[in-house]
Amino acid sequence: MKKFAWFLTLVLALSLVLSACGGATEPVVEEPVEVATEVVATEAPVMEPFRVAVVMPSAINDMAFSQSMYDALLRIQDEMGGPDYFDFVYSEGMFVVDDAAAAIRDYASQGFDLVIAHGSQYGSSLQEIAPDFPETSFAWGTTAETFGQPNIYAYEAASQEGGYVNGVLAATLSESNIIGVVGPIEVGDAKLYVDGFKAGVAATNPAATVNVNYIGSFSDVALASEAATTHIAAGADALTGTAQMVVGAIGKAEENNALWFGTQSNQSSLAPSVVVASQVYHWEVVLREIIANVKTGTLGGQSLKIDLANSGLVIEFNPDYALPAEAQALADTTIQGIIDGSIVITLP
Amino acid sequence: MISEIFSTTVLIGILASGIRLATPYLYAAIGETFGQRSGVLNLGVEGQMLLGAFAGFYVALKTGNLWLGVLAAMSVGALMGLVMAFVTVNLHAQQGISGIGFYLFGLGMSDLLFQKLMGTVETVSGFPAIHIPYLSDIPGIGPIFFGQNILVYGAYLLVPLAWFVLNKTTLGLKIRAVGENPDAADSLGVSVARVRYFTIILGGTLSGVAGASLSIALLNVFQQNMTSGLGFIAVALVYFGGWRPLGVLGGALLFSMVNSLQLWIQVLGIPIPSDIAVMMPYVLTILVLVLTVSRVRAPAALTRPFERED
Repeated sequence: MKKFAWFLTLVLALSLVLSACGGATEPVVEEPVEVATEVVATEAPVMEPFRVAVVMPSAINDMAFSQSMYDALLRIQDEMGGPDYFDFVYSEGMFVVDDAAAAIRDYASQGFDLVIAHGSQYGSSLQEIAPDFPETSFAWGTTAETFGQPNIYAYEAASQEGGYVNGVLAATLSESNIIGVVGPIEVGDAKLYVDGFKAGVAATNPAATVNVNYIGSFSDVALASEAATTHIAAGADALTGTAQMVVGAIGKAEENNALWFGTQSNQSSLAPSVVVASQVYHWEVVLREIIANVKTGTLGGQSLKIDLANSGLVIEFNPDYALPAEAQALADTTIQGIIDGSIVITLP
Repeated sequence: MISEIFSTTVLIGILASGIRLATPYLYAAIGETFGQRSGVLNLGVEGQMLLGAFAGFYVALKTGNLWLGVLAAMSVGALMGLVMAFVTVNLHAQQGISGIGFYLFGLGMSDLLFQKLMGTVETVSGFPAIHIPYLSDIPGIGPIFFGQNILVYGAYLLVPLAWFVLNKTTLGLKIRAVGENPDAADSLGVSVARVRYFTIILGGTLSGVAGASLSIALLNVFQQNMTSGLGFIAVALVYFGGWRPLGVLGGALLFSMVNSLQLWIQVLGIPIPSDIAVMMPYVLTILVLVLTVSRVRAPAALTRPFERED
């Protein structure tokens, strides 16, 4: 009997390991390269592909933070001509920082050209690991901190800019003049976005009230959804929110016909009738720069940013939502104003 | 600003949110109550909920039939319960450790299936609110108590039902006997193994429904790790409720009401840091636990595997 218990434990442990690796091993086999028919044998790429490994806290299809990086890597791969020229692997769902640190070290020792730690919680791990691999380039975000290391890039998003545009739109479209925000924890990217959003509302309609609710979790879908219901009960007819647990809140917005403003990823498909616009992260803008630098031998030491001006942040409007022409025009002038500097966003 | 808390809108809002938030806890914690009363601690509730949430969502998405979704969630939960029962009853596994194993299995497996079968977050239209005629027209409380969806009603009906089964039926007597003194129960001809199989499978089934109540009734969406610790809170609520269905109901409602109160506190702009507000339900639960639980005794055979002495 004892032996059998051991066996069962083993099977369970194995299935867990398998399920954890399931997503991670996949992209290697993804999209077989189309065989170019006219390639002359002598012109076949002799160069090694640029190899990137990335560690992400949630799933590549979280409709938010991790997906924004995954989509960017796919676009870069496309631009650079497929897996023969740009190859990447990833570990997703690395919410345990220790596990992530082990993965980062593994990738670094496997000789990847660039190892990306996509989460501000990975910073101290990276600070410890990077000096051990001076030949490898590392990038992490969202942050501006490179720890003074010559082989660490820092990247961040000026998410207050899209927050501001969304805030302007929300203030214009809200009829009750009460707007609700569902946030995770009051730090980093989420705080930037929410503060930008509030500034946008205040600049457009000082009489409007913005109620902010940080639920204290990045994963509690039920509480995020209840927070949205609370906002609606308090009179809100326009909502926004950031991080991956807002999918529940978007559902409540749709049920109650309240407008939704998205960020991090295009959230229109979740509620086509109420999503007005989403701020979408295009990390490829910083990735392109990092890759070019690494190729010429600069392995780090710089802090990079995506914003509206460099097209790293893009406001994507939902085609299924009939946005009034004057609101669209206002959004466009706001975006232009932020880009040319005539609108300055003051954060608290 | 504090006085705003006592306006009708806010009070109704807190009650309505609290009642909804308590729903998954009730299913999971009532199921766990049966298990623990028979002497088995199941820490795998969270995993069973996650798999139930996924199974319910996926089947509802593919077939368009919400009841088939509930059935799928129940089946998956029952199946996990069956394996759990085998491990704890036949193999005498240490219950705390194997429970955590089942949790991790459910967490990983639900995510794997989600990635492979769906690949992206989708939505379904879940169970609609059912307005009970006349009762839902009562001003104020009507819409709160009588305008919820069917799985919410189910959770609250489960409480008296569980009380009745545990306290007024032979089955309930057997369950309690097995949990208090399995040797005595065994000598009287009660099959300890069969009773425990029954309660663990029942617990799994109800945990499955708890997951489905999130994915196809309250939130109508599935996301990896969407239960986010609810299953563990449900286990805590069983201790909190003194292993009695009514106590569990009280605990679930208290925890959920305070949680919805803190949502309102933030929405009303009452100047308490959000981190403190978010802590409120947990702090209060611990306080009540400290003040009350010492008076109630746990089932004597809880977590003790039963081995017949020959």
